[in-house]
Amino acid sequence: MGDHHHGPAQGLSRWLFTTNHKDIGTMYLWFSFAMFILGGAFAMIIRAELFQPGMQLVEPAFFNQMTTLHGLIMVFGAIMPSFVGLANWMIPMMIGAPDMALPRMNNWSFWILPPAFLILASTLFMEGGAPAFGWTFYAPLSTTYAPPSVTYFIFSIHVLGLSSIMGSINIIATVMNMRAPGMTYMKMPLFVWTWLITAFLLVAVMPVLAGAVTMMLMDIHFGTSFFSAAGGGDPVLFQHVFWFFGHPEVYIIILPAFGVVSQIIPAFSRKPLFGYASMVYATAAIAFLSFIVWAHHMYTVGMPIAGELFFMYATMLIAVPTGVKVFNWITTMWRGSMSFETPMLFSIGFLVLFTIGGFTGLMLSIAPADFQYHDSYFVVAHFHYVMVAGAVFSMTAAVYYWLPKWCGRMYNETMGKTHFWISFIGFNVTFFPQHFVGLAGMPRRIPDYALQFADFNMMSSIGAFIYGASQIMFLYNVIATIVAGKPTSDEKVWDGAEGLEWTVATPAPYHTFETPPAVR
Amino acid sequence: MGFISERLRAIVIHAAALIVTVLSGGALASGSKVNQLDMSPGVTATGQAIYDLHTAILWICIVIGVLVFGVMFYSIIYHRKSKGYKASNFHESTTVEIAWTVVPFLILIGMAVPATSTLIQVYDTDEAEMDILITGYQWKWKYEYLNENGENVAFFSNLRTAQDEIYNTEDKGEHYLLEVDQPVVIPVDTKVRFLVTANDVIHSWWVPELAVKRDAIPGFVNETWTRAEETGIYRGQCAELCGKDHGFMPIVVNVVSKEDYAAWLETKQAEAAEIKALMAQTFTMDELVARGKNVYQGYCAACHGMNGEGGLGRAIAGSAIATGDLTKHLDIGVNGVPGTAMQAFGGQMNDVDMAAVITYQRNAFGNNMGDMVQPIDVFNHKKG
Repeated sequence: MGDHHHGPAQGLSRWLFTTNHKDIGTMYLWFSFAMFILGGAFAMIIRAELFQPGMQLVEPAFFNQMTTLHGLIMVFGAIMPSFVGLANWMIPMMIGAPDMALPRMNNWSFWILPPAFLILASTLFMEGGAPAFGWTFYAPLSTTYAPPSVTYFIFSIHVLGLSSIMGSINIIATVMNMRAPGMTYMKMPLFVWTWLITAFLLVAVMPVLAGAVTMMLMDIHFGTSFFSAAGGGDPVLFQHVFWFFGHPEVYIIILPAFGVVSQIIPAFSRKPLFGYASMVYATAAIAFLSFIVWAHHMYTVGMPIAGELFFMYATMLIAVPTGVKVFNWITTMWRGSMSFETPMLFSIGFLVLFTIGGFTGLMLSIAPADFQYHDSYFVVAHFHYVMVAGAVFSMTAAVYYWLPKWCGRMYNETMGKTHFWISFIGFNVTFFPQHFVGLAGMPRRIPDYALQFADFNMMSSIGAFIYGASQIMFLYNVIATIVAGKPTSDEKVWDGAEGLEWTVATPAPYHTFETPPAVR
Repeated sequence: MGFISERLRAIVIHAAALIVTVLSGGALASGSKVNQLDMSPGVTATGQAIYDLHTAILWICIVIGVLVFGVMFYSIIYHRKSKGYKASNFHESTTVEIAWTVVPFLILIGMAVPATSTLIQVYDTDEAEMDILITGYQWKWKYEYLNENGENVAFFSNLRTAQDEIYNTEDKGEHYLLEVDQPVVIPVDTKVRFLVTANDVIHSWWVPELAVKRDAIPGFVNETWTRAEETGIYRGQCAELCGKDHGFMPIVVNVVSKEDYAAWLETKQAEAAEIKALMAQTFTMDELVARGKNVYQGYCAACHGMNGEGGLGRAIAGSAIATGDLTKHLDIGVNGVPGTAMQAFGGQMNDVDMAAVITYQRNAFGNNMGDMVQPIDVFNHKKG
């Protein structure tokens, strides 16, 4: 068996060959932050071009490459891996397991990510440029009319899918088999629950995405006509297949965020989570509904009215479990003894802004109204409220919340709060006006716009620069904490925090729970 | 800097004006579109229905939002540790949890009823008085008036905004990016059915004030309709990402009185008849080159350069094709080069224009082939 108490190996090989869930979690988190900066840089280019009407900085073709890569990198490179990293770090510690169930596969699922993104980013330097068909890559723009680099894009998506599937299998195996004795399913922290359900969603839909890109590959290189009307194929089929993956995908992004917030709000309200069981059921209900609502992204493709009605009703239903969650969080805060450290601020920011995104989501679900909203900036505003203020705010809250446990040092609270307020203001200045221009008729994904949209677009760009800059402060705060933060050795860094992760030493030792803890 | 600070001041002034407008409860005057905040009810009954639905749901959301956030902020203000508030320990209540599952469900049913009836209205394409076939191309729209008596009327509608405006070397006009060379013309108070399709990739035909958005998908013909109740010019844009110039293929709909429409149609039909007559003619080199120059600037120059120097497309000046086999050159013009951005223009321009532009390309920019193509050659080539 060897020595159980050895520390990590030294040098590069520690990271290349590690099977330790904490090391792998750390690598996922840093990698996703790097991708967040890269995707953010692309967003800055987009907003700089849109600062004023007219083409100033980039050409339309390059602009399309930026919107495409921004979306792909943020979804697949920043948000998803960040939550996988968090799952790696926290799930074993939350359920009292010594590590993930499949540690070698864990290493592999991380290490195939950087090459995949290297391939994706390298398309920028290829002849014909990077993919320029949007992160939703609708055929035939992404097949017959795509630049040659699309083949690299397809390969990259395949690798990302492999990584996600392996990561999910690992999480499912860990949660099902490695819980400490006494840790029944209904005692698991909500973060573990949301990830378990997310992992099932991933295993179900990533193969569908792989199928979609494989059909593209066949159409491009092997003479098939899955999506080409000229050969008897069906371009709308692509959208059905894509959104059968794509809608669960957005819940894959948001469910772990729900889990994080469900850990943090009780901690800083010093009060148990309200409606634990209903939270679990609501998560499961959202996951189930996510499979039967995909065509609400396609109200304008010309579906028969019966189809429109089905997808409209099913989509509206999502408001019920989502509402339950929001009510539960607020009732958790009700008559608590609240304090407002940075993780709590980001969680409340999440709660307010995600709810606004939920409202616009409900509006978008109304099929006839969607004929006016669809593919306008209203949609852009909606999904940034749920993706950025939802997933990214929640992730940021998670980093502030668990960072002291990870590295045994306290971050600078003043800087953390400043980061929150600048992010919050910057975010809203960026995306709130986009509701207005969308309703007034500005389509999304255009490099230049009519004059009546000029003021709000300039406002949006200024907000985006502020939000972007605030992330530098975040990076600085995290590095400063790791290098020279005030040391802390309290097991419970936060007085209201509950859960097994707060029973291990601070900083968390390289190996935790080598013998399972007792769970009452 | 001066410019930016001026803009910033303008934003502040606009923002203040907006707040005043919103607080005073005044709806934004129709027609005032700068910094418009809300959806436009437009000029159709469907548009009004959609606008009413949108407004109702928006207000339901606002009321729920105020209540929910009200409770939250009350809690944030009063239930603070810093105020010495002691936490209670309750964590479930079946009654409350059932209530906030059932009540939202009932509210949703309340929303679904008007949503369903509006949707049925949007889908009712029956009993249209006229049909227009709309075809999306990279990056322009083609309109074809079906089932009208007389000559078939069909034309392309291209962006009219000058490149100099887009690249900031000239002041931008009032309808920057929302102006076309030939608007689609429809009569007022008439149910017009649009048949929407595409030639290459997916586009989407969207005119907010007509409350019409429908995807144009190659291989499919989608149906939608409108019945404009006010004459006027209504502007929209392609809503589905369709490649490089997705932002540069606007839609302009000119709604006119029924009499004006009849007159317009007559003119268009006369033009079509004239083209038909021209097809049978034989032209001289000078005539072809003069006509070809105009055609070139409208169709070819964007990719091949004003002087045939190339750009997104290959150079025409001195090219192997324009100085090579005439039939091959004509074939590329008519059928395009599959798999590249060079489209098949055979269906996009008439045979006279095709003959003229091919002839022009072979005898301009220093190309000096001295040969020419007649409309009948194009006609025969298309026939195979």
